[in-house]
Amino acid sequence: MTTATVTTTQVYRIYIKATPEAIWAAITQPEWTARYGYTGIASYDLRPGGAYSVAPTPEFKAAAEAQGFPCPDVIVDGEVIEAEPPRRLVTTFRMLMDPAMAEEGFTRITHEISPAPDGKSCSLTLTHELAGAPLLAALSRGDNEAEGAGGGHAWVLSDLKSLLETGAALGGD
Amino acid sequence: MTGDRVFKALADPTRRFLLDLLFTRDGRTLTELESELEMSRFGVMKHLRVLEEANLVVTRRSGREKWHFLNPVPIREIHDRWIDKYTEHHTTALIELKAELEDES
Repeated sequence: MTTATVTTTQVYRIYIKATPEAIWAAITQPEWTARYGYTGIASYDLRPGGAYSVAPTPEFKAAAEAQGFPCPDVIVDGEVIEAEPPRRLVTTFRMLMDPAMAEEGFTRITHEISPAPDGKSCSLTLTHELAGAPLLAALSRGDNEAEGAGGGHAWVLSDLKSLLETGAALGGD
Repeated sequence: MTGDRVFKALADPTRRFLLDLLFTRDGRTLTELESELEMSRFGVMKHLRVLEEANLVVTRRSGREKWHFLNPVPIREIHDRWIDKYTEHHTTALIELKAELEDES
């Protein structure tokens, strides 16, 4: 990270009472990713150079189209840069839901999972490097929440914590 | 409890000012933050430590520099835990009132 790009980087950290393995599974396995936040069906080929993509659930697609957004069959794509289960995952990330955001190209997301000193929880830190992607940066910050575009990473992580700790996502499950 | 630390951290105007600085432009060094305050370097460090312990600020190292980032997650958790609960109730009450009034006419 250089000074020029650091100000476009967003960092989110949450403490979750769960094992690193459970958090890793919740990030990488579609049966989990479909249950919190934007509820996408994630697909990771967990090796450097492997493909990463997210497909919409039928409910998500229907809801988006009801709001007047045509929903593509792949809503996020990218590439796995590093995968060290259950500690560190680095991927590129391009949002395809919106043509202007797709134009901004690939950004980079790092997930880091570390056991907390209390021995009962882990910290999950998500770093999103967003140089050249101001529209995606606004979405990630939750700026478009009032228009129904979700609350960004903070919302997703809060929901993920809720799902792992209580077995239910915030929106009810 | 985490919530206690967040509320305590937010209960100080200097710390809220530091969060506002990071909200305006994220990823700053101690030297940059210090230049915006009439306070000793040690004083600013103390406030930043309280914010870090409350998880409202996350630091990342890059070479010799340490960058401070605003972490909005704890505020989101408070929002999801408290605000939603009460605003939802409020909205439901208004919707009920509207239904009742419209029924009468």
